[in-house]
Amino acid sequence: MLTLEFIPYTEIAGLDSEARIKKLINVVKQEKIVLLEGRLKEEEEGELIKKTMESINDKFTGIELGVINPAENDTSFYKIVQTMLARILLGKREGFTIIGPANVVKQIKKDPNKIQLFTKDSTRRKKRASGRK
Amino acid sequence: MFDMFKRLLDSFFNRLFKGKKKAKLGLYGPPNGGKTTLANKICQDWLGEDMGTTSPIAHETREIQIKEQITIKSKGKELTFNLVDTPGIATKIDYEDFLKYMDAKSAKKRAKEATKGVIDAIKWLDDMDVVIVVLDATLDPYSQVNITIIGNLQARNIPVIIAANKIDLKKASIKRIESAFPQYKVLGISAKFGTHMDEFYEELIKVS
Repeated sequence: MLTLEFIPYTEIAGLDSEARIKKLINVVKQEKIVLLEGRLKEEEEGELIKKTMESINDKFTGIELGVINPAENDTSFYKIVQTMLARILLGKREGFTIIGPANVVKQIKKDPNKIQLFTKDSTRRKKRASGRK
Repeated sequence: MFDMFKRLLDSFFNRLFKGKKKAKLGLYGPPNGGKTTLANKICQDWLGEDMGTTSPIAHETREIQIKEQITIKSKGKELTFNLVDTPGIATKIDYEDFLKYMDAKSAKKRAKEATKGVIDAIKWLDDMDVVIVVLDATLDPYSQVNITIIGNLQARNIPVIIAANKIDLKKASIKRIESAFPQYKVLGISAKFGTHMDEFYEELIKVS
């Protein structure tokens, strides 16, 4: 069974970068798919990959990551100013970030306006998990 | 708008290389994009030797490789830099993916070394003066790893050139990469066959 955990931006807004990443990785390590409102800062995404690599073992093989923000395609002056102001006042709330455990999520495929999540065959996952006990 | 951004980018390069004796030119990208093949091509062209080993198995480069004092020349101009070849950046590494090529012990060792390689590559980002992001032009450019690498370089104000590699392959599309990253200069090359390397060197020197 797949579990999707929605995390509103308000839940991470008050956290520093380290605490944000720790929170997200902890949820993903429970084999849940995170649907985060908004997105991390670019440096935080890099740090998320670093921390993921540090956490890899026989059971946790990493993450699949996807960010979608259709508003980014609107390059009108008004929209750019609006987005900048919103980011200063509210943080990076626009769009969504999906983070899934790599042993559950096979691929997150995206184009600028669409995101698709492909999961792995659950019977293969179970077989593998039992083989690793 | 694009021209203005290009001029800004060019001025970045100008400021970076002028007066810097040992500018670091980093090769970044996902695994199997052809970073080491490009590093070898550059080293063969200007030093007459290889830099690292290549392999169809992902994560062949698992440590940072540095080749110092490479001087490239084009149209009467020259540029000297230290070339830094980095391990491919990935969000997942599963030793089972290596099992069809090696035994379990070697596969686990390779996976462990690969995770450390990714961490090192990200740590080294801050040390780079200019980065060539090497992408496999046959693959979907909208992968989050590509976006994260380029976003991190942008956040650090590090100038970027995108090398759309493997254009010798039928499925390759430079346009797809250009439309994914319209704000960057995209150069279509084949590091393996040396296609468009003159243009590649010219672009590097043009901004020095």
